[in-house]
This record gives sequence, structure tokens and C-alpha cells, in this order.
Amino acid sequence: MVIASSSQPVGTEFRHSEPLDGARVRADFPVLNREPRAGRQRLAFLDSAASSQKPQVVIDALTDYYGQYNANIHRGVYELSEIATERFENSRKRIARFINASSARECIFVRNTTEAINLVSQTWGRANIGAGDLIVFTTMDHHSNIVPWQLLAEATGARLGHVRITPDGRLDLDHYAELLAQEPKLVAFTYVSNSLGTVNPAKAMIAQAHAAGAVTVLDGAQSVPHLTVDVQDLDCDFLAFSGHKMLGPMGAGILYGKKHLLDAMPPFLGGGSMIRKVTLERTTWADAPAKFEAGTPAVGDAIALAVAADYLTGLDLDRVWAHEQELATYALERMREIPELTVYGPQDMTDRSGVISFALGEIHPHDVAAILDEDNVAVRAGHHCTQPLMHALGVPATTRASFYVYNDYDDVDRLIASLQRALDVFR
Amino acid sequence: MTMSIGTDSIYREIILEHSRNPSNKGTLDPNDFTYEDLNPLCGDEIRIDVRVEDDRVSEIRFSGRGCAVSQASASILTEMVEGRTLDEVKAIGRDELLAEIGIPVSPARMKCAMLGLKVLKAGVYGVDHATAELDRD
Repeated sequence: MVIASSSQPVGTEFRHSEPLDGARVRADFPVLNREPRAGRQRLAFLDSAASSQKPQVVIDALTDYYGQYNANIHRGVYELSEIATERFENSRKRIARFINASSARECIFVRNTTEAINLVSQTWGRANIGAGDLIVFTTMDHHSNIVPWQLLAEATGARLGHVRITPDGRLDLDHYAELLAQEPKLVAFTYVSNSLGTVNPAKAMIAQAHAAGAVTVLDGAQSVPHLTVDVQDLDCDFLAFSGHKMLGPMGAGILYGKKHLLDAMPPFLGGGSMIRKVTLERTTWADAPAKFEAGTPAVGDAIALAVAADYLTGLDLDRVWAHEQELATYALERMREIPELTVYGPQDMTDRSGVISFALGEIHPHDVAAILDEDNVAVRAGHHCTQPLMHALGVPATTRASFYVYNDYDDVDRLIASLQRALDVFR
Repeated sequence: MTMSIGTDSIYREIILEHSRNPSNKGTLDPNDFTYEDLNPLCGDEIRIDVRVEDDRVSEIRFSGRGCAVSQASASILTEMVEGRTLDEVKAIGRDELLAEIGIPVSPARMKCAMLGLKVLKAGVYGVDHATAELDRD
């Protein structure tokens, strides 16, 4: 079957010696090329840490699925279902390659990072965590990597340990070592902080956790979209990430798990697809990944997620990371021109991503974001689902700008000019 | 870059002035009733203390922290209700407060603008009623 194909993406046409060109990449993203309302400049989108925009190839993958070969997958013996099944399973293989999993069977389609982590806590957790066991996570984790462990602790009587942060927004690795000395059963942490941009030393932390006998859960929501994440090199036991933050659709994300762990885990949701044999008395389970994929999945979203991964590979993740580093370096430099502005987290670009949280004098973050919106600069204000981190920083909320493939220097200049205007409005 | 404020901006003089120099900022001790609440979305917090004489609001103070819209709106509200009977306070709807603010409030900021009124009404006659009445969009 010939699938209708749109024009080739222009962002991926480049010579490898060239740095990534944000303005050129932007041409692939319809939302970023919308005509702004009269009197407004083009949208400067600086909220990709919440959800990224989608390139035309990803949108086309969705409409192609629904328009050309929409059918439920697995067990269909007619052509459409076979095509849909083949493309769904082929997408799993491409995503497995994207994170260098040793087998596609180690990649489970879920809705998002939140669901992936809850899957681990409710299956591996219920089977392996008991009263008095220690579960470790960190002060800088997203609520999605905190609340599932609290629920598990409530259900099992397990204890919780939280790695402290240093004043410059990094994990206190001495405290981490102290917690590991108590031999936790499970260690969960984010690779890159969604609020501060801190890049944690994941590989070393995972090795330390393994040495202490713990299973590791890595939250990859803010790392998989931006840098090369190699699960075999990192040696993480589980990796959770969302498709929608990496140019993919809203309804598909991935839980990666090592095969021997997935094989030993009880199922997550019960229903169709996840069974081997059902009688009225009892059921035996399918092998992973099907064991964890009860019910009809978001087939089109899963297929489009692989297209997003391919697009990122086409851009080259090393160039993506270098590009974001360049923009964040420039943004931090320009922010230093504003004496009223305080940056939270790491003050330089050492082990730091393109996420920048800040305060602008005494102006409430909500007001800062609203003034920026008047200038068509989109940022986020609030606690970023990291209330314990905000508490540790001693602030109720921050304003956060985050950079991605389609941003450029002009976006940074727009941000800075609008921040200056916010100061003038509130002077 | 132009420094003027667009006509669709909520940050016009009434909001900026009340946020810089709020009316009735503080607390009352003793008081006849006090209530506080927050907007979980952005963390705005407002507490309102009221003294009542002859069934009228004789003194009112608000305290808290949050965005300019929530704090200015609470300040405007305290000016509105001083001297009114409790029945009159109960009758204040969000349209009356919005008219007093006099600037179009976008749906995204409505919860900020209504937080003070929600707290005051909860103080006057119970939490559930105020939430049901003001939380519709």
C-alpha cells in the first residue's frame, strides 16, 4: 500500500558539519508557522519541557493511519489489520533502536511517563516491595516520580528516602551514598530535572545503586527528547518517557524494562491482548510486552511516535543537544544583563540542559508569564509538578523557559525584551 | 520594542495600582470571621478577616501572596464590601466584581480574579456554597 506522503522535512536536510538551524527546523512545524493575530509577532514557543510542537511528518503519520489503514491490531486477518499491526510492531523496533534496547520486547507502549512509572510501582513494586523496605527518590523529582512511590509505600508499609539537593540545584551525592548504604530495594530519579535543567550523573548513580542491590527506575521525560539515551550503556533497569515531549503525539510513551525483570513481573491492567489463555477460573499471561498492553493501544500515536524518533535521529541528537546548549548559554548570558533576575539551579552550563527557571524581582511568575504572552512569548509559570523542589528552593513558583530544536537566538532576544517590558510594567 | 500596554492587557492602571498599594491589607485580631484558601493552579493564597457590626461589614482586611490579579482583585473587593450588610455581601456575583475591576479577564485568569470573592463568601456562609457558585467557567 502506498501511504500518502507530504513534502520531505527540511530540518533534517543538512551537512553534518553545520550546527542545527532553529529557524530552518521551524519550517517543519505548522503551529510555529501560523499567522499571528494582527499586531503580534510570530510565536516564540519556549515551553517544550511541558509538551513539544509536532512536525508535519508526525501529523501526517497520524492522518495516514486514520485515513489509509485504520484497523485494530493483532488477530485481524484482513489486509488493513495486517498493515496496522506490522507498522505498530515496526514502530516498537525503531523506538527500541532509538534508545538502544537490546530487544523491541523490552519496550512497552504506555500513554506517557506517568503511566510508565505507575506500571512499575504497581507491578514490580507490589511483587517485590514489602514492609520496611526502602524506596529512594529525589527532592528534584517530578510528582509523577514521587506520588506512585508514596502510594506503593502506603500499600506495603515501605519506607521512603529522598535525596537532598545542594543550593545550586544538584543532587547531594554524599546524601545519595548515605541512603544507598541503607540498602534500598528501589532507586528512582530523573535524568534531567524538568524544573532546573540539572543533568544528573545517571550512569554513575545507576552503577552505585546496583552495587547497593537496588533496582533502578530512570525518568527520561526530559532527557530522551534532547540527548542520546542508551539504556545498555546506562544499564538502567527501567526507563520511562513520553512521546509528546519528543515531537510525538500526546497518547504514546514508552516504558523500557530489562527482559528478565519484565518476565518476572505480574501484569498491570487486565483485559484483552495481555493473556495467553483465559478460562472462567484463571488466566495465564502473554509474554512481555503484550502482558503489559491490555486493551486497544493508541495505534496511530505509537506509529507517529516512531516517526518522531526518526525525525530526531535525522536531526542528529548530538546536534540537538549542542543547539540547546548554545541557546541556553546565550540565554543565561543575556539574563545576567537583568539585575532583578535570579536563575534557579545550576548557574553555568556544566551538566545543564536547555531548561531555565527564574524569578524576575518580586513579580509573581504568573504575571511574568502573562506579560510574556502579550508579546506572544510562551513560557510556563508555576511549580512545574515539583512542589517538594520548590519548597527546598524556598519559592512558591518559578517562571520557566525551555528550548528545543525549533528555537533560535531570536526567541531568546524576544524573551529578554519581554522580561524587560515586564519590569517596566511593574515598576 | 514598544513600552505601551496593549488594549487587551489585564495589566492596566487599576490592577497595577491596587497591586502596588493595596487597600485594607493586613489582618484583624479579634475578628468575627476569618477564612483563607488557595488557588492550587498557581499557588495564590488569600486570607480575609472581617469584623461585623449591626450585621454590616465594619472592617475588613486581606492578606496573602500571589499574582497581581488575585491580590488587586482582593483589594478592590474589600473596598466594595465595606459597610455592606452580610446579605448584600452574599448577593455579590462575579459579574459585579468584574464590573468593578473594569478590565476583561481571560478564562485563564478568572480563578485568580475570583479568589478573594470565593474566600469572602466562604467566610460569610460556608465553603461548599461559594465553591459551587464561583467555580463554573
